[in-house]
Amino acid sequence: MKLGVLSPWPPTTGFISGRETQRFPEAPISFFFLSLQPVYGAQHPPLDPRRHRLLKDTPKASSLNSKSKKPSTFHEFARSTNDAWDIDDEEDDGMFSLKQPSSSPVQSRSMPQTPCVKFIKAPEETESLPRPRDRQEFISTNPVQDRLDDESGPANGRVVKSCSDAQLNVNAARNTLQKQQSLPVRPVIPLVARISDQNASGAPPMTVREKTRLDKFKQLLASPNTDLEELRKHSWSGIPREVRPVTWRLLSGYLPANRERRDLVLQRKREEYFGFIEQYYHSRTDENHRDTYRQIHIDIPRTNPLIPLFQQPLVQEVFERILFIWAIRHPASGYVQGINDLVTPFFVVFLSEFVEEDVENFEMASLPQDTQRNIEADSFWCMSKLLDGIQDNYTFAQPGIQIKVKALEELVSRIDEDVHVHFQKCEVEYLQFAFRWMNNLLMRELPLRCTIRLWDTYQAESEGFSHFHLYVCAAFLIKWRKEILSMLDFQSLLMLLQNLPTIHWGNEEVGLLLAEAYRLKYMFADAPSHYKR
Amino acid sequence: VNMGTDLAYNFVFKVVLIGESGVGKSNLLSRFTKNEFNHDSRTTIGVEFSTRSIQVDSITIKAQIWDTAGLERYRAITSAYYRGAVGALLVYDITKHLTYENVERWLKELYHHADPHIVVMLVGNKSDLANVRTVPTEEARDFAEAKGLLFMETSALESTNVESAFLEVLTAIHKKVASKEVTRGSISAVTLGPSSEFNEEKRSCCNSS
Repeated sequence: MKLGVLSPWPPTTGFISGRETQRFPEAPISFFFLSLQPVYGAQHPPLDPRRHRLLKDTPKASSLNSKSKKPSTFHEFARSTNDAWDIDDEEDDGMFSLKQPSSSPVQSRSMPQTPCVKFIKAPEETESLPRPRDRQEFISTNPVQDRLDDESGPANGRVVKSCSDAQLNVNAARNTLQKQQSLPVRPVIPLVARISDQNASGAPPMTVREKTRLDKFKQLLASPNTDLEELRKHSWSGIPREVRPVTWRLLSGYLPANRERRDLVLQRKREEYFGFIEQYYHSRTDENHRDTYRQIHIDIPRTNPLIPLFQQPLVQEVFERILFIWAIRHPASGYVQGINDLVTPFFVVFLSEFVEEDVENFEMASLPQDTQRNIEADSFWCMSKLLDGIQDNYTFAQPGIQIKVKALEELVSRIDEDVHVHFQKCEVEYLQFAFRWMNNLLMRELPLRCTIRLWDTYQAESEGFSHFHLYVCAAFLIKWRKEILSMLDFQSLLMLLQNLPTIHWGNEEVGLLLAEAYRLKYMFADAPSHYKR
Repeated sequence: VNMGTDLAYNFVFKVVLIGESGVGKSNLLSRFTKNEFNHDSRTTIGVEFSTRSIQVDSITIKAQIWDTAGLERYRAITSAYYRGAVGALLVYDITKHLTYENVERWLKELYHHADPHIVVMLVGNKSDLANVRTVPTEEARDFAEAKGLLFMETSALESTNVESAFLEVLTAIHKKVASKEVTRGSISAVTLGPSSEFNEEKRSCCNSS
């Protein structure tokens, strides 16, 4: 489902149905009729920059909550996705008319028909040329033959076409399934996404808005005692790539807010982790730990096989250590398949601090040992903190997941009766598809770059990984309602749900998802305790 | 048995793939349903699902195949997936003896959750790696015979015997259904179409799950 820039969300296709307004009369009317309308006054500013146009047109919005910032300020700060990950930055059409070819090597691989991953295709392998969409790209080094016009000649892998017009409206009515099956609407971008907004390599300069956001983050981070509340607030809409590593460490509680303490704490924690390695890692051959290690060992290569970085032996060893140590220190759950996915975003983000070009093709061994070790230790600790909040997802019988799936079912039955009834008619059980959504925090349903963006918000939210995730799952499910309702039997419905077309998703889609999830959470804030923490 | 001629298929048989983690269940599934082998397959989380229709005699059978995660942790969740299954492929890796040793445990679980008349085939996968085999074919075959299981060695990678394995299982299921050697109530084959005879029986016999 694509939004036209200036057109309000058609009520029939999406998150809004007439019911909601009836149930929640206190909610701002404008919010429901223009679902793009952000909820003001909330801790969390609106997400999608395109909505700002609507903001300006509806002064009502700003009166919703006197504590809210003025639209213009939101306009400045609420660029949910306008960081370097986002190639669909249609707001800035005028600023980037030229992309620069990259100097880094092209990574291309033909890919199997799996839902969440898509690699850059080599020119010869391109089966179809998508219509160019928006052409904003900070991410300039891909082989972009996929993006070239039909009219253009044989693809030059390096050339990025300039964007003359935002093609957003064109795609407003596009069926996403159709999109997956025929032409990709947008260029194929790497799984982890690309380069920074500003670096020495000559990538296009940032937009003013981005610069402002980045400056704001830098300002917050420069303070001797970081205001975590403020940091969360800004992080909710997406963290600029450059400051993501440090922001993630702060938000997770790993790095102390007090600047003076940081070096010491980091050193201590890192030493502690490597102390664990010395103390425990050798026991992976012991009888009582052998099975754990064996399972981790066969799972690592199957974690995200299309990312070359993860196939490097050095990197796989890092993951093995992290997961093994975590598992034996958490005997209540031990290692559970799915946890292997959860370490990768931290690793990639912390690594990105040292990588100018393409993280997913980066040669880990080229980093100094100390740096490698620090990335490893920090990934361990941050992953641990994440898992602390969702441990019952992985204890025996995985009660946390069962509860969450049930909660999802109840939530969906309330927000979209059509979909819920349809599932019942086709005898599809939520557990059959949503188990994976909960177990792997949607990492199997989204490209890694989207997960990273998602986790900006999860870490900004309190209990984001456990509580807010539920609403994200609900929003995610409902997003596909048209496709869901078009599948008329069990088989086709389940196969759709296990292969949702998100290959091309980027910050824009994630931003929309988060906005909708937030709206749902807001709506159900006073709902029965089932949804409460 | 209703066999309306205007149906796209006459029967839907639910088949489950079970066995230790890493033995190749997912690739057996993809090989059979899509003729694909994926070196880049990821660990199966929860359950995954695929279908394929085949002809047995003049009957069209839609095989509804469930692929489950092999790790013990999931068993509490996946037990629900045995419900309604009429066939099972219990897979081990011929190069990893441990995966064969655990077959007994899987059988136990299978019979605990599934229909007693379920057709089971023991499948020794990765036959392309026979040079590093640790499970002798005859030993496994004898074991299968003793337990009343069908048996086959396969290679999802080389596409050896995969088709045969599934076909044999589906044919055996169909035989059981068609010959009515089992009382109608106990085989939960799902027939789609106007006749709800089987469907109703299915519901009544599923209360054990």
